[in-house]
Amino acid sequence: MTGSAVLHLPLFDAVLQLADDHLILGHRVSEWCGHAPMLEEDLGLANMALDLLGQSRALYAYAADIEGAGRSEDDLAFLRLERQYRNCLLVERPNGDFAHTIVRQLYFAAFMHPFWQWLSANSADETLRGIAGKAQKEMAYHVRHAGEWVVRLGDGTEESAIRMQAAIDALHHYTDELFQGSPAMTACAQDGVLPDVETLRPAWSATITDVFGQGLLEIPDVAHSQTGGRIGEHGEEMGHILAELQYMQRTYPNLQW
Amino acid sequence: MVALMASPATKTGNGDVARAWAAAAAVPDPEVPCVTVAELGILRDVTIEDGVAVAHVTPTYSGCPAVLAIELAIQAALLDAGFEARIERVMSPAWTTDWITLEGLENLRAYGIAPPVKGSTSKLALFGEIAITCPRCGSSDTQKVSEFGSTACKAHYTCKACAEPFDYFKCI
Repeated sequence: MTGSAVLHLPLFDAVLQLADDHLILGHRVSEWCGHAPMLEEDLGLANMALDLLGQSRALYAYAADIEGAGRSEDDLAFLRLERQYRNCLLVERPNGDFAHTIVRQLYFAAFMHPFWQWLSANSADETLRGIAGKAQKEMAYHVRHAGEWVVRLGDGTEESAIRMQAAIDALHHYTDELFQGSPAMTACAQDGVLPDVETLRPAWSATITDVFGQGLLEIPDVAHSQTGGRIGEHGEEMGHILAELQYMQRTYPNLQW
Repeated sequence: MVALMASPATKTGNGDVARAWAAAAAVPDPEVPCVTVAELGILRDVTIEDGVAVAHVTPTYSGCPAVLAIELAIQAALLDAGFEARIERVMSPAWTTDWITLEGLENLRAYGIAPPVKGSTSKLALFGEIAITCPRCGSSDTQKVSEFGSTACKAHYTCKACAEPFDYFKCI
């Protein structure tokens, strides 16, 4: 690797991957708007979707800056092809019933909370430290909110307990991908810009074990982890998400509000 | 970390900086119009750089949908006051409810929004709960309905004494 332009590419890739995680999960959660089980939860889910979209905007804007090729945050968010999105598979999983949505939220938030905490305290990158300062507080809310639901529904009725355990069994094998680094992430970790994600596993496991324990839920044994999002290999659902997300820009190129 | 912040006290006088600060500081928040952007603490500073008034603004929440409206309103206020103007968005240090001024806290309460609570003298605090006082009747016998309210910065409460629902400005 020679030249500063080459050295900056891992940071672009890593920030873009982080932005993709937040955009896709934010889009998924926003699909609940107007459909949540009750009004307060409708507001809660819409608020959490806004947090995620806000975080993704800051990250896309920074990625566009790093690249310096004239692409805007909108170009990065809306005008790439499916294989170019590097979000993990967990965040693109369909909303399913409320149990699936809230378990997915807990899995992701329990990972991102210590991730942002590390960034806010330790990152060598000033912009990321700034974004993290805000995001860590927002993610603490997500962990608490999703955690409260998991406990209430896990230790709830027979029906709610069955649904919670079914959601956990369906999603748990997607969580390993959160701790799977990519070449870009590894390079950024060596520069002290991002954490080595594997070191976040104890904090994540502690949260999940504690919440599932309180909710009388079991962590399933996973024989095979499902991965691929980090190299652009997505599930069928990703195409459906992008069809909706990109419809306006694909139909009316360069449309402005 | 204590960030030095520009305030009316440090921006008095007849200079351009003081005039620009006064124009920008008077802009009300679009979602909580009882407080100005200065009282809310999101207007961090106003400087004059090469003849252009630069307003430094820190968003409350990453996804706050009002950010653009606030920035445009501040820019318009500066233009009205005769300045060429631009906005600088400052992400670090992150905004905290500690930056809301005393006037801002009082205006929130008068408007019917319970201001953020940091400490508490209630005995409930011993059990990790904070007592939110009803902005209408002053009772501390209140109950959280939802951690998420009508905007990202608020939670939803109800008063058990006067039975009124109200917003609580979350402490972050």
